[in-house]
Parts: sequence; C-alpha cells; structure tokens
Amino acid sequence: MQKFLRKNLAGYAFLSPWLIGFFLLAIGPILASLYLSFTKYNVVRPPQWIGLDNYMYMVQFDQRFWKALQVTFTFVFVSVPLKLIFALGVAMALDKGIRAIGWYRALFYLPSILGGSIAVAILWRQLFNYDGVINSVLRLFGLDGPYWLSDPRYSLWTLIVLAMWQFGSPMLIFLAGLRAIPQELYEAAEIDAAGPVRKFFAITVPLLAPVIFFNLVLQMIEAFKSFSGAFIISGGSGAPLDSLLFFTVYLYNEAFSFLRMGYASALAWVLLVIIALFTAIAFWTSKYWVHYENERG
Amino acid sequence: MPTQTTAEIAQAYREAKARRARRSAVLKHIFLIATSLIMIYPLVWMLASSLKPDNQIFGNLGLWPSQFQWQNYWEGWNALPVSFTTFFWNSTVVTVLSVIGNVISCSFAAYAFARLEFTGKTMWFALMMMTLMIPYHVVLIPQYILFLNLGWVDTYLPLIVPRFLAGDAFFIFLMVQFFRQLPRELDEAAMIDGCSPFKIYWAIIMPLSVPAMATAAIFSFIWTWEDFLGPLVYLNDMADYTVPLALRSFISSDGVSQYGPMFAMSILSIVPILLFFLIFQRLIIRGIAMSGLK
Repeated sequence: MQKFLRKNLAGYAFLSPWLIGFFLLAIGPILASLYLSFTKYNVVRPPQWIGLDNYMYMVQFDQRFWKALQVTFTFVFVSVPLKLIFALGVAMALDKGIRAIGWYRALFYLPSILGGSIAVAILWRQLFNYDGVINSVLRLFGLDGPYWLSDPRYSLWTLIVLAMWQFGSPMLIFLAGLRAIPQELYEAAEIDAAGPVRKFFAITVPLLAPVIFFNLVLQMIEAFKSFSGAFIISGGSGAPLDSLLFFTVYLYNEAFSFLRMGYASALAWVLLVIIALFTAIAFWTSKYWVHYENERG
Repeated sequence: MPTQTTAEIAQAYREAKARRARRSAVLKHIFLIATSLIMIYPLVWMLASSLKPDNQIFGNLGLWPSQFQWQNYWEGWNALPVSFTTFFWNSTVVTVLSVIGNVISCSFAAYAFARLEFTGKTMWFALMMMTLMIPYHVVLIPQYILFLNLGWVDTYLPLIVPRFLAGDAFFIFLMVQFFRQLPRELDEAAMIDGCSPFKIYWAIIMPLSVPAMATAAIFSFIWTWEDFLGPLVYLNDMADYTVPLALRSFISSDGVSQYGPMFAMSILSIVPILLFFLIFQRLIIRGIAMSGLK
C-alpha cells in the first residue's frame, strides 16, 4: 500500500507543473470562454448573461463574421493544397543521389523558420508594394502589376504566396516519408515498364498517404490559426475592404480593440468547432485513402 | 537483333539507364537551384535594402547598393522613442526564461508520462494530446482576464509563467517519444540500487536526452523570439516592448520615409534566429522530420 502511494506520488509530483497549467491555463479558460460566449462582457463591468444572443447576432446580422469566414476558408483551401503540392514536388526532386542535398534542405527550410517573424511580414508588405519587387519583375515582362495590397481582389493572394514560400516543414516531413519507401518497389515497377506518372500514382502516393494525411491536418490547423502575417500586412484591421479579415484578426479586434470580450469568446468557440470539425472530417475520410503499413493483412 | 548477345543487351540497357539518370539529375539540379534562388531572394533583398539609401529601395531589383548606408542601422536603432537596446534586452529576458521554463516543466511531464506508472496516466496523456489541437485564441481571452485580475498585465509574467507550467504540449510529446526509446533496464537497475525517481530523471534520463532537450530548447527559443500575439496583448508600455512589437511600431508610426532603417532593424531582429539556424541546422532538420514541429 505504501509502495503504491509512493509510486503515485512520484508520478503526480513530476506531472504537477503540467497539471496546474492544464487546469489554470487550458481547461479552466476553455470553460470560461464557453461561459463568456453567452454573455456581454467588456472587462469593466461583470459579465451579463444574454444566452444565445452572441451566436444569433453573429449568424444573422454580422456581415464581418461571414466575411472573416470566407477569407479564412479561401486562405486555408487554396494555400494548404498548393503548399503541399509544392512541398512534395521539391521533396521528390531532392531524393537520393542528389548532391549538396544538405544545402538545399537548409535553404528551403529557412523561410519556414522565419515564418512567424514580423520582419518577414514587413518584408512581404514591401515586396508586394506597387513599386515593389514583384511588380518590378512583372515589368521586365512588360506587365503592369496591380496594387496588390490595396486592391481587395489581390491582397489575399499575397498571403497565400507567403504561406507557399514557407513550404519547408512539410517538405522535410515528405522527405523523411519518401526515404521510407523501399527502392525495390520502384525497380520492380521499372521492369514492368511503368513510367514516372504511373510510378508516382501507383507507388509513391499510396505509400506516402499517411505522411500526406499528417501534413494535411497539421498545415490545415496552422492555416486556420494564422495571425501575424495578416495582421501586419492589413495594418491590424483586415483592410483593404476586409479582404484580409482573417478569423483570428477579427477575433483580436473584437476582444482587444473594442473590448467585446463576450462576443470575441463566441467567435473563439466557432473557430474551435471549425478546426475540430475539419480535423474530424480528415480523420473520417482518411480511412478511405490512408492505409498504414501494419494494417495490411 | 541476332548479332547482340545477352550481355551486350544488358550493357546497353545499363548505359541507357545511366544516361537517363544523368539527364534527370541535371534537370533536378536546375529546378532546385532556380527554386532555392527564388526562396532566398526576398531575404537577400531585405539585407541589401537595409544598406541602401531610401530612394534606391523601390522599383529596384538590383541587390548591390550604390553606396553602403551603414547609418541605417544606427538610425533604426534609435528611431523610436525607446532604443532597440531595450527591446533586445526585453526579448532576451523573456526568451531565455521561457526556454528554461519549457525545457524543465515539459521534461518533467514527459518523464512522468514515459517512465513512471501512476493511476490515471492514460487519461491525463489523452487530455494532454487533446490540448495540442486547441487554438491559442480560445484560451486567450480568459487567460487575459485571469492575468488582468492578478495584476500581471504590463509585466512579463503572462509570457513567462505559463512556460513553467508545461504549456506547450508539443514539447511534452516530443520528449515522451524520445524517453520511450531509452532502455527500461536503466531505470530498473537504478531503482534496485535505491535511486529515487528524481535521481533517475536527473542522472540517467536527462544526460541521455540531450538531442531531444536541445530540439525543444531551439524551437522554444525561435517561437518565443518571434512571438507577436502574446506581447501584443500583454504589453502596452513601449519601454516593455519586445523586438517584434517594436518593429510593428516602426511601420505604424512614421515609417513612411524610413525604409532603410526599418529593414536594418528587421534584419537585426532575425539575426538570433539565423544564428541558431546556422549552428543547429542539422538538429533542427532532424527534429522536424521526426516530430512534425512547425
């Protein structure tokens, strides 16, 4: 009995910092945020229960909520696939036998490491300025580039390009996955005279499916949460014409610029549900296209 | 082809294959070199712009400055009411303490999950994994209210204390994976010799886990150094700003005519990350390939 106690004691002693953090900074806040989402709260006065009003208002009257959803979904569903395709393409070009692979890997990964930095967001603003580098390149080809940042038709694309520029981390994971595919499979396919396209769809994709899935879920969650780039490039407000009103930017503004903490909490819950839903969908559908090695009979 | 022997056919096949491999290797290198130039160009452009006079920055693809404006760095350093000496110091304090907090508290939790037996372990582990998915924005507001009531807003405590409470489940997960690979016999032998769990953690697990600790420390450093949302929410007084917040004030104040100095400070802000990257490149790349960290 005493030994049992001692064993538990050690476990919980080591776990205690995390346990405290879990209750104070994770579970507590999640429940608090759920409660606040049913209230009107501006920090100064105590929260005032208003039931479902926040959610009703959001869905029925809040144009900016719908706009934020549209912007965020466009960003996620355009940037994530493009980024993954690019990452896989580069990873495949970097396969065995390529010289200086270490250099390439490092160079391609560097932008991902700098991805969250404000310096890169500032840099991006200047690259896509009307007088910036992108338009100078276009001018070399005789094209007159648009006002990327102040024209709502194009501004979101600057952030999609920024996301693609940071393809390094899924690329490294693809690279590790490609390494694990047995070379004999390709050799066998070659004897059967399979071309590169055939080999790609018959060997690479199915065997890489778990890695593709992992990257997809991870990048999707990241994309839903992205904040700094949109915040800096849009000047903190989602401008021009809310075309950069990412969900997180809207949430930040509601909470900390307008002190509508209750409403912002409702927004946060919507974000949580969306991310959970899409992750769940990815997991459900994955059984139709992801097969793990050890599952096969 | 009656005159060819089987050996000749095989030889011709091998040669054709080698030729094809060479050609595809050349194509791959062209593709890779072109891609890496595009990848790196924006960063080099930023470095070059930090040394150019303002009127040469825009509409200019060239990288070499006609004259080197080293004073951009000096001007940028002192362009805000508070000098960058303060901002770099603030960032250093927050980052160093965060790294220490993350490594200690996450390795504690990971040791419990990977090497100790206790009631409820599976449940806690599942809950820990679930926190990986929760967007920070959901806990942001209640955490802000909590820290506001504790009187911690406008201090570094909201940025540092959570790090000592194993706030980043990613690092716990990373370390659990690593600790599990270490042979069990080590703990058992030490236990028979009468070592306490803490002694085992400190004298056996820690020294063997330097790669995992270093990976966590490096990523913790980079993420904290780059963190923008946390300081944006909790720090209001410019004298307390971290480097990313200071950079942001650069563009929102009168940044209009100060592009050179702005790029100079942008470059300086990423120097610590670049240094870490150069020094620990191999470790970082292995860490990401193994764990899927950002």
